[in-house]
Amino acid sequence: MLRLDNVTKVYKVGAFGGKTLTAVDRVSFDVRPGEVVSLIGESGSGKSTLGRMILGLVPASGGSITFEGTPVKPGKAYYRNVQGVFQDPFSTFNPVFKADRVFAMIREAYFPGVADADWTARLRTALQDVRLDPDQVLGKFPHQLSGGQLQRLLIARALLLDIRLLVADEITSMLDASTRIDVLNVLADLKERGLGVLYITHDLSLGHYLAERTVVLRHGEVVETGVTEAVFTRPLHPYTRQLLAAVPRMHAPWEDAEPVETCLYHKHGATGRLYAAAEDHLVACARLGDCPKES
Amino acid sequence: MSLRVTDLRVHYKTLKGDVRALDGVSFDVGDGEILGLAGESGCGKTTLGKSLIRMDGRMRHVGGKVELDGEELPIGDDRRMNPFRFHKVSLVPQYSMSAMNPTRKIGRMVGELLRSRGVALDQATLESRLDLVGLPREVLQRYPIELSGGMKQRMVMVISTLLDPSLLIADEITSALDVSTQKSVATALAGFRESGVVKSMVFITHDLSLTYQIADTIMVMYAGKLAEKAPAKTMVEAPRHPYTKLLIDSLPEVGVRHTERRLAGIAGSPPSLLDPPAGCRFRDRCPLAFDRCAQEPPPVEVEPGHVVACWKADA
Ligand SMILES: Nc1ncnc2c1ncn2[C@@H]1O[C@H](COP(=O)(O)OP(=O)(O)OP(=O)(O)O)[C@@H](O)[C@H]1O
Ligand code: SF4
Ligand SMILES: [Mg+2]
Repeated sequence: MLRLDNVTKVYKVGAFGGKTLTAVDRVSFDVRPGEVVSLIGESGSGKSTLGRMILGLVPASGGSITFEGTPVKPGKAYYRNVQGVFQDPFSTFNPVFKADRVFAMIREAYFPGVADADWTARLRTALQDVRLDPDQVLGKFPHQLSGGQLQRLLIARALLLDIRLLVADEITSMLDASTRIDVLNVLADLKERGLGVLYITHDLSLGHYLAERTVVLRHGEVVETGVTEAVFTRPLHPYTRQLLAAVPRMHAPWEDAEPVETCLYHKHGATGRLYAAAEDHLVACARLGDCPKES
Repeated sequence: MSLRVTDLRVHYKTLKGDVRALDGVSFDVGDGEILGLAGESGCGKTTLGKSLIRMDGRMRHVGGKVELDGEELPIGDDRRMNPFRFHKVSLVPQYSMSAMNPTRKIGRMVGELLRSRGVALDQATLESRLDLVGLPREVLQRYPIELSGGMKQRMVMVISTLLDPSLLIADEITSALDVSTQKSVATALAGFRESGVVKSMVFITHDLSLTYQIADTIMVMYAGKLAEKAPAKTMVEAPRHPYTKLLIDSLPEVGVRHTERRLAGIAGSPPSLLDPPAGCRFRDRCPLAFDRCAQEPPPVEVEPGHVVACWKADA
């Protein structure tokens, strides 16, 4: 459904644009219908840049991004199929207007011909799909709703368009534990309905909870990718292992953790070409198997 | 006992009335103890932290008292609190990373700050503290903007503890950081206690799994009150308060997949603190609520060091 092939983004930086910064470096992966792919990376890894390129908000410098075989072209036709939801729900809503104005705007832009009763019915269904009680959230101002409710309103807005792919960029990072799990479950429901979801996060446990497949990004490059189970239970790249070891877990104090083996050849592990370590498990080092690791 | 808080009540004055953000909270922190303070957004964690050091303009100390090393802190009196700040109690605030003056090199800023407190800069101490948190000494020649988030956070930690305060309060200092940076900052923080720079610490975060990593004791608050307080291990292995149990159940630890075990959030939301309901504040979200919960459950020590405010604590 969504295919990224060697996608690259180079920004010009410095006073006269004299220097360049490669934010995303030859990234390739697919998102299929009914599948959540989590894109995991630390700050500055290029994960949001990737999300914005997929949404057509910034152009790619190289490679191709296609949706159903056609290159991404921002515009009404594309946004009927593909929508994004971002980290800070409060910034998407104008505090002077009621929160449900975001729905009226969708209606004006995409469904001017739909009759009131029909629209109301669609709206109520979309809200119920994200587990919101329409009577509780409609007619409220943004400050009267919680972050989790606002985040779900935005997902409901995307559902009204009958989208097929949702790009969710750090949408749970500002939420409380209990609200966060509600939003994650909503994303899991979307996938049951056949939608594809690209879930961008720096939180490994959330990615693990939700995703079929995982892409681990470092400095704009994919270092490991594959079936979530494989990446989390048999992480191969030293960077993936380091990330996993740093996740705070209950019942597993940090001081009891085994030290992560570092790579003898590269300070943080290899980058560059991806090699198949198993079916659907790729890693950025051809020699991991026989690497004389330093510990 | 390093810190003793007794029936502390702090309200925010607003046009609509008093927001009862801290409504009778009592607890102790022992010498050498790290207390982790957890609970969902708005439960009063920051209010508690600020109350111990500097109230903002709308906060009012309406009851209870705070003692540090046996001496009562005049928390309601901004001027009388001054000699205690930095010297006895210090705060690394939520969002402190942006608080550094951007136009000064860090070394110079530290010197100015200490002078404003009437203390001379001891270069050797400063350098040993940088070592302690793993910052290179040359950061002193740099501007705040040149530091990464994790480095800034460590720098603020160094500055706040230069005068060896007895109590350090750290409010959500790692929530904006990536996992690996979060781990190194949290570990550096615990290092202040290990090396005796500070005697005790209140570590505020909404992330229970992180608190578990560095705290000796965890206190969970709900809607301006203490819900449960216990040794860290007890809190995650044998919580007694229904709120703590549900909170822990809603955490997706690495290893949990929604296809195998679908976690659930806690339905509903906390009550407004403008006019909080009588009785247990968790009542309308609590699956165990019964008649008696219309009366407020007092905090009870169910076993040594384990305090629970719930009528069903023994269930
Ligand atoms: N300046 C203020 N005026 C009025 N009410 C306030 C003010 N600051 C905080 N409150 C209220 O006091 C209560 C406690 O807020 P506090 O900031 O202490 O929560 P918190 O536990 O630190 O939350 P978070 O996890 O979001 O940081 C909340 O109900 C909040 O809305
Ligand atoms: S006192 Fe009652 S309502 Fe409150 S937590 Fe206990 S059982 Fe639930
Ligand atoms: Mg706070």
